[in-house]
Amino acid sequence: MTTSTRGAAKVPAVLVLEDGRTFRGRAYGAVGETFGEAVFSTGMTGYQETLTDPSYDRQIVVATAPQIGNTGWNDEDDESSRIWVSGYVVRDPARVPSNWRAKRSLDDELVAQGVVGISGIDTRALTRHLRERGSMRAGIFSGEVIAPEAELLERVQAQPRMKGLSLYEEVATKEAYVVPAVGEKKFTVAAIDLGIKGMTPHRMAERGIEVHVLPATATPEDIYAVAPDGVFFSNGPGDPATADGPVALMTAVLERRTPLFGICFGNQILGRALGFGTYKLKYGHRGINQPVQDRTTGKVEVTAHNHGFAVDAPLDKVSDTKFGRAEVSHVCLNDNVVEGLQLLDQPAFSVQYHPEAAAGPHDAAYLFDRFVSLMEGQRA
Amino acid sequence: MPKRTDIQSVLVIGSGPIVIGQAAEFDYSGTQACRVLRAEGLRVILVNSNPATIMTDPEIADATYVEPITPEFVEKIIAKERPDALLPTLGGQTALNTAISLHENGVLEKYGVELIGAKPEAIHKGEDRDLFKGVVEAVNAKIGYGESARSVICHTMDDVLKGVEQLGGYPVVVRPSFTMGGAGSGFAHDEEELRRIAGQGLTLSPTTEVLLEESILGWKEYELELMRDKHDNVVVVCSIENFDPMGVHTGDSITVAPSMTLTDREYQILRDIGIAVIREVGVDTGGCNIQFAVNPEDGRVIVIEMNPRVSRSSALASKATGFPIAKIAAKLAVGYTLDEIPNDITRETPASFEPTLDYVVVKAPRFAFEKFPQADSTLTTTMKSVGEAMAIGRNFTEAFQKALRSLEKKGSQFTFVGEPGDKDALLREAVRPTDGRINTVMQAIRAGATPEEVFEYTKIDPWFVDQLFLIKETADELAEAPELTADLLAEAKRHGFSDQQIGEIRGLREDVVREVRHALGIRPVYKTVDTCAAEFAAQTPYFYSSYDEESEVAPREKPAVIILGSGPNRIGQGIEFDYSCVHASFALSDAGYETVMVNCNPETVSTDYDTSDRLYFEPLTLEDVLEIVHAESLAGPIAGVVVQLGGQTPLGLAQALKDNGVPIVGTSPEAIHAAEDRGAFGQVLAEAGLPAPKHGTATTFAGAKAIADEIGYPVLVRPSYVLGGRGMEIVYDETRLASYIAESTEISPSRPVLVDRFLDDAIEIDVDALYDGEELYLGGVMEHIEEAGIHSGDSACALPPITLGGFDIKRLRASTEAIARGVGVRGLINIQFAMAGDILYVLEANPRASRTVPFTSKATAVPLAKAAARISLGATIAELRAEGLLPATGDGGELPLDAPISVKEAVMPWSRFRDIQGRGVDTILGPEMRSTGEVMGIDSVFGTAYAKSQAGAYGPLPTKGRAFISVANRDKRSMIFPARELVAHGFELLATSGTAEVLKRNGINATVVRKQSEGTGPNGERTIVQLIHDGEVDLIVNTPYGTGGRLDGYDIRTAAVARSVPCLTTVQALAAAVQGIDALNHGDVGVRSLQEHAEHLTAARD
Repeated sequence: MTTSTRGAAKVPAVLVLEDGRTFRGRAYGAVGETFGEAVFSTGMTGYQETLTDPSYDRQIVVATAPQIGNTGWNDEDDESSRIWVSGYVVRDPARVPSNWRAKRSLDDELVAQGVVGISGIDTRALTRHLRERGSMRAGIFSGEVIAPEAELLERVQAQPRMKGLSLYEEVATKEAYVVPAVGEKKFTVAAIDLGIKGMTPHRMAERGIEVHVLPATATPEDIYAVAPDGVFFSNGPGDPATADGPVALMTAVLERRTPLFGICFGNQILGRALGFGTYKLKYGHRGINQPVQDRTTGKVEVTAHNHGFAVDAPLDKVSDTKFGRAEVSHVCLNDNVVEGLQLLDQPAFSVQYHPEAAAGPHDAAYLFDRFVSLMEGQRA
Repeated sequence: MPKRTDIQSVLVIGSGPIVIGQAAEFDYSGTQACRVLRAEGLRVILVNSNPATIMTDPEIADATYVEPITPEFVEKIIAKERPDALLPTLGGQTALNTAISLHENGVLEKYGVELIGAKPEAIHKGEDRDLFKGVVEAVNAKIGYGESARSVICHTMDDVLKGVEQLGGYPVVVRPSFTMGGAGSGFAHDEEELRRIAGQGLTLSPTTEVLLEESILGWKEYELELMRDKHDNVVVVCSIENFDPMGVHTGDSITVAPSMTLTDREYQILRDIGIAVIREVGVDTGGCNIQFAVNPEDGRVIVIEMNPRVSRSSALASKATGFPIAKIAAKLAVGYTLDEIPNDITRETPASFEPTLDYVVVKAPRFAFEKFPQADSTLTTTMKSVGEAMAIGRNFTEAFQKALRSLEKKGSQFTFVGEPGDKDALLREAVRPTDGRINTVMQAIRAGATPEEVFEYTKIDPWFVDQLFLIKETADELAEAPELTADLLAEAKRHGFSDQQIGEIRGLREDVVREVRHALGIRPVYKTVDTCAAEFAAQTPYFYSSYDEESEVAPREKPAVIILGSGPNRIGQGIEFDYSCVHASFALSDAGYETVMVNCNPETVSTDYDTSDRLYFEPLTLEDVLEIVHAESLAGPIAGVVVQLGGQTPLGLAQALKDNGVPIVGTSPEAIHAAEDRGAFGQVLAEAGLPAPKHGTATTFAGAKAIADEIGYPVLVRPSYVLGGRGMEIVYDETRLASYIAESTEISPSRPVLVDRFLDDAIEIDVDALYDGEELYLGGVMEHIEEAGIHSGDSACALPPITLGGFDIKRLRASTEAIARGVGVRGLINIQFAMAGDILYVLEANPRASRTVPFTSKATAVPLAKAAARISLGATIAELRAEGLLPATGDGGELPLDAPISVKEAVMPWSRFRDIQGRGVDTILGPEMRSTGEVMGIDSVFGTAYAKSQAGAYGPLPTKGRAFISVANRDKRSMIFPARELVAHGFELLATSGTAEVLKRNGINATVVRKQSEGTGPNGERTIVQLIHDGEVDLIVNTPYGTGGRLDGYDIRTAAVARSVPCLTTVQALAAAVQGIDALNHGDVGVRSLQEHAEHLTAARD
């Protein structure tokens, strides 16, 4: 998995889906083989952020935007320390990057990080297939590893399914670290890293929050050791139904009524802590154009999404939970999927989407302010 | 929060005639808006002076006023209709300016009309440069991004000169405030240029205001299209990146959607600024367009401008994304919010989202510099293009090459054969942005230029430059390969190469390449424009081709009719043809066919995915059409392909389509040939016993001279096989004939020059008719105001004819029928006649929908194009009469005596062009068509109708003041009576010495003024040109003295254009204007809707 496609242009590659459909194209990035859940992402910008988002761990991402790599790769836009996607599917990769911040090409970065990709396939046909059949396991094979399709299919089918997979420990930091507040420090937040994106602590830091990022395995003691004004549960990969550890941790936080904010996986954890179930969406929400309505104000925000699972909570009523009344605060207008939860009797809320954006619109940045107000309220 | 209940009726203002910078896109947006508002149960009142629009079809609004869009006329309409609200954001700058006038003069308040969509304050904030600068500053204070280019507002030339110093010197940009399409703006590199551009700008600006700005030439240029609802929900519908960097008006740039070279961080900054700007400006509801410049060195963002209304770019964005901005803007204006409006295409999801594209869209402008040889062809911040083509592909190269071939202009596609030329010379040439610069760049690449060099000379973004290299390298591979393999062909097609291009590179015929390609199984698939990159299923079959794997064309049961549109707007082939295509689609859909539209013009109603059952947004070339026919033939039965409604573009494909087995309905390709070929048509005329002016063809001067000597001067000369009167000229003597032949580059043994007898002083007549093989329906007879010799597209005309009697109509009918039968027409035919003495000559016949079909249809309240489409598919006129599509009895040749008189006037683009010295271009009319659009004036008498047509086209005729008269000798006799009338109406006459003398001898007093050539007099007496510039002349009559070289009077006519003084260049126009002035001076001129006119006509017919 270390050969570049450069110089060896037109190395054949094949994408094999678990239901047997195949797409033949050319190798992109590293040459070799890779497996993962095939999902499509509809953002037209932000491939660097997407590729480095830990929530994409073990997924083969299909870019619906056809021209990829145009702005190359820079040293500022990574959302974590590495590329997490297990494979990348594009139609027309750039040959030359063009941007004043670009340091190298996307192709070079994929090769350097050993990420196997495929280019030149009908990504729209693939997307339609995934939409109709649902996200599914897939493999990309390029160069010498290409074997008869039946053999490749067998190997794809031997891979684990995303449902039931616990992945957050794989991507989370092993060591705690601190992101200092920008300017005057006003609050301390303990952020549980389940696959946190770099922009999230940054958005908090901008608001005077000192963020203590803790490993997914942190204990309540670890949390309260930093004397937090609030606790944050991050986004992350995998099936939330497996995340018993984080659910127990959050329950402990809720019991102490510490202001709490969760994003994405963190929203699913809150859902479970409140006693709701979670389920796998047919093909998920992955893009930066999703309309979400804040049900308290009626306003619509255009938001960044990356979730394959969702919380199963009633939209039409306030639910009674062991932490008091809870309601669905945000909903996706495309399909009425639960996009946010809030407790009415204590300071805790979460959203399924990404107010930190990166990539994506900044419409939901106000949620960080809402977290700040909760912490202020608790102090008062 | 559903729609407002306090609004029951809305007045919508259209954009008037098609002019450069304001074209068919406003018909598209206005039509959408009117339909939506009506569907919401509102009474829709519409005013638009442009008859060639779908929006002015009587069924689109409840009351349609084809009246001038001036505050005076709109006030009359308001007084009569008393609408609750006025929606001004869908009719371009014209509508916005008119609405602001009505607000400022208190009319809206007086009649209790609420401005919806945008409030006057918001309009001012968005459009006034100084206020907008404040908006940008406020935005920067809030979000930390966005700034204005450093600039100075100026109201006098002194301000302007000081301003340059403040900005740190030249070059500077000059932008007049409140002008449309950037009219009057430009770059000044030195004081001389500055004085000229700023001087003109101060004049053009209704607020005598120009802005001087630091130069950001060469920066990256972007546009965002945004929408906001009353709950402050804002979405960005589309981002557009200009291929041509800053310095070229976005309307003249090649543009790409979505943006290609921004990271998410940079894109989100533009989005944040855009949203903050729309909020700060306070656009209540609806769309707006914001333009940005981004420094490629460091990303510094400058907000250039915003339009608080629907624009050309929003039409493009709607077509590019499938998100119908105007339709949604109309819904938002009456109270809905974005989340309450379903996305048309998915039907499941709401409109409160941002479209995401899984394809690339490229728009390319189409220019008409060949019509204005004097004009400076350098592209600047003033828009000069007359139309545009859009193409969609799955990557940039595919979309780009499709867009270039959609332009349908010689040399618009890349060519890879022949010597490219000298690299350095080509690079130097590429510095100057022009029509076709992109081809120069490609030749420079072929000549060995490096990507760095191309960037250095053109500032085109390196990513785009690499795409050009990718195309060039693909061409090299094609050229070098020992044989055309499947892989190679597929790769070339993936990058947008046409069969013709591949054939050229390989030395093969296009059809041979096609055969090889088909044999190898390489065909395009059709993908759907669905707003969501396939995340949700699309319900709307809006397709584009791509060389990809999976096609999305669904099978169908009903027989399909494929209608070929007219491609990019150009002079001679504009919105009128789109009108006919749209009508055909409606009529055939009603008749039970599945309608399939093919077109590549993003401005039009035909390319609205709502218009036909299926839309293919594709180039109109033989290859592209054949592939669509193939794809549709796999989907279900095809009843036929309609080629006679989209102008010359589809007509030119007819024979080749038929040769490829495609069923052409209506007039057959052979019949088309019979009308277009001189010999065959001469035969038709001879058999019918109809005279044509004497003529001959020649390939040399000697040959031409011999013909001219025989038939006598003046003669009309023109190259063969040209459109819109291209290169046509009236030649009065042998000397000019010699120089014409010498200058003409288009004459060769295979392309002879045609020499016709020119019918001096003839009345020209246009006839539109339907023929079904048995019966003729005379649609209408139009009498031209100007004499024969002025292109019919540039001539004003009246319907019913104002000086022809029943006997003439009878002769016209008989001749028309004989020609229609002789040619073999099934559908529409347009014939031009000239009546000289008592002889009716046939000038030409076009067996297709003509430019005048919409005008004729509106003037007679009969949908001719709909009827033509039905006849094409086998209906007879008798059947259509029985059905009610055509009147039960009678036709357009026998209108009742009290039928209203409709006058069509052409609108010329003179003010848009300057020569390289910065002087205006001459404004005389001739046999070559140069108008971009038209207006219609309709009233019960000719004078009023003519006055309305002038008001709609150029501004109201003066009713008093000073008239300057200077006419050619041959016009002096016919000038006397109208001149006397002007005096009777109280005009003071000014004239040059020769004309004044003639007037005095006839007892008409005229003040002699100095000619420009005489210069200022000894006592400071000003010349006529100075008087015009000083605003002291209200009406100008100036007929040209000849046709060669720089004409005397040139300065007068260009001054008239610069000062917007009505300028009549024929004595016939003068006579009509005098009637108009007479009407204006006699009592009140009223307004009447088309529906009222139609009711009146129908009643009279029964």
